[in-house]
Amino acid sequence: MRAYKPKNDVQKKSYYNDRFYITPSLQRKTVYSDSVFSADYLSLKNIVDISESYIELDHMVIYINPEDNIKAIKHLRDIRAYDFMVELSAIDYVASKGGFEIFYELLSTTKRKRIRVKTFVKEGQAIESVNPLFRMADWSEREMYDMYGIVSNNHPFMKRILMPDDWQGHPLLKTYPLQGDEAASWYEVDKIFGKEARDIVGPELRDAACVDRYDTDRFARLGHEVPKGTPISEGNEPDTPIRYQEEGGVQLFGVKLVTPFDEIEKEQLKQRK
Amino acid sequence: MAQHKVNYLQDGGEAIKLTTVDKIVNFGRSNSIWPMTYGLACCAIEMMASGGSRFDFDRFGTIFRASPRQSDVIVVAGTLTKKHAEFMRRLYDQMPDPKWVISMGSCANTGGMFNTYATVQGVDRVVPVDIYLPGCAPRPETLQYALMMLQRKIRREPASMAQRAKRLI
Repeated sequence: MRAYKPKNDVQKKSYYNDRFYITPSLQRKTVYSDSVFSADYLSLKNIVDISESYIELDHMVIYINPEDNIKAIKHLRDIRAYDFMVELSAIDYVASKGGFEIFYELLSTTKRKRIRVKTFVKEGQAIESVNPLFRMADWSEREMYDMYGIVSNNHPFMKRILMPDDWQGHPLLKTYPLQGDEAASWYEVDKIFGKEARDIVGPELRDAACVDRYDTDRFARLGHEVPKGTPISEGNEPDTPIRYQEEGGVQLFGVKLVTPFDEIEKEQLKQRK
Repeated sequence: MAQHKVNYLQDGGEAIKLTTVDKIVNFGRSNSIWPMTYGLACCAIEMMASGGSRFDFDRFGTIFRASPRQSDVIVVAGTLTKKHAEFMRRLYDQMPDPKWVISMGSCANTGGMFNTYATVQGVDRVVPVDIYLPGCAPRPETLQYALMMLQRKIRREPASMAQRAKRLI
């Protein structure tokens, strides 16, 4: 079994720091700087609590409570003409804030404006499905469940969408290792042959470029070739001199095509020496 | 008795050809390798090109079949995901013996650039592979070369004996 390494602090770690990199900061404007957005904002403010709001890159971003998501999105769709849900997913903030940020990206095709509704759910907390309002949410919420494990209540078919149904873990979590956990690394072997075949198939070879000098089943060391499968250890590999086909010259129909190179006979070499 | 009029002794015995059972069976087998119509990713595009008229797989007696029951070889052309591994194995199991596997491209050989949780790190974890074809993606010519290598392999196998079942497990 692979040694367990705690991955709770992966978000805090910085793997690469460019000395001269300056993090670009996006300009955030107040919602009142845009007449359309300010009207939307004021209208929505009467319906639900909005904890934070700003305009960033021509998107209005608003933060609401997770219980209000249906109410807010229904209001935006029916009253404020945001008739198109572009995207819906979550961001993993488990390490820093202990939960997930869920965002709903809405587009008004008549007003040509985009709103991003954001909300925060704690780890293990479910959210109400917006599938009755936008059919697009069907697959997106299934993906959100598949990748983060966030359950949407009253969803018609709350099931994994990309990973197999018997998969362990949720791959887009920051704590999920890129090359898979223990269950993932044996998934296909367990499924097809059963757990008892693990020893026969062996662990996954993650470094495909790895060359094992002492593995004579799969590799031959140039100049030290041995028959396939011969056990060797350091020191007891025999030297096999490299021989070329044209050694001793090549003859075709009795004609010498290539004459063997003889150091002693060469006049030019002698003169140079 | 058939009343045929073949004079076996004319033209220096030209009418009689001598061979072995192994050779005649392997002649048939190696020149009618039917692969399964089975593609997984971009390698499948190259495989389809090999089957098309420009590269012309048919001249090797290689005709793509749409059923594992009629296939002799499965070309694993592309990235095999862990979710799909089970189905690939099932298709392989459905093929009648003797059967061969060509692992086409880096992804099928080793997982390739997909060094992730969702990709099978080499199809030889799932099925016994006969020919590993490197490349990303391999050109149609190289797939044809892999097929010719497989033909050579088939011709070397003793056909008169019962086929040794290839077992990964």
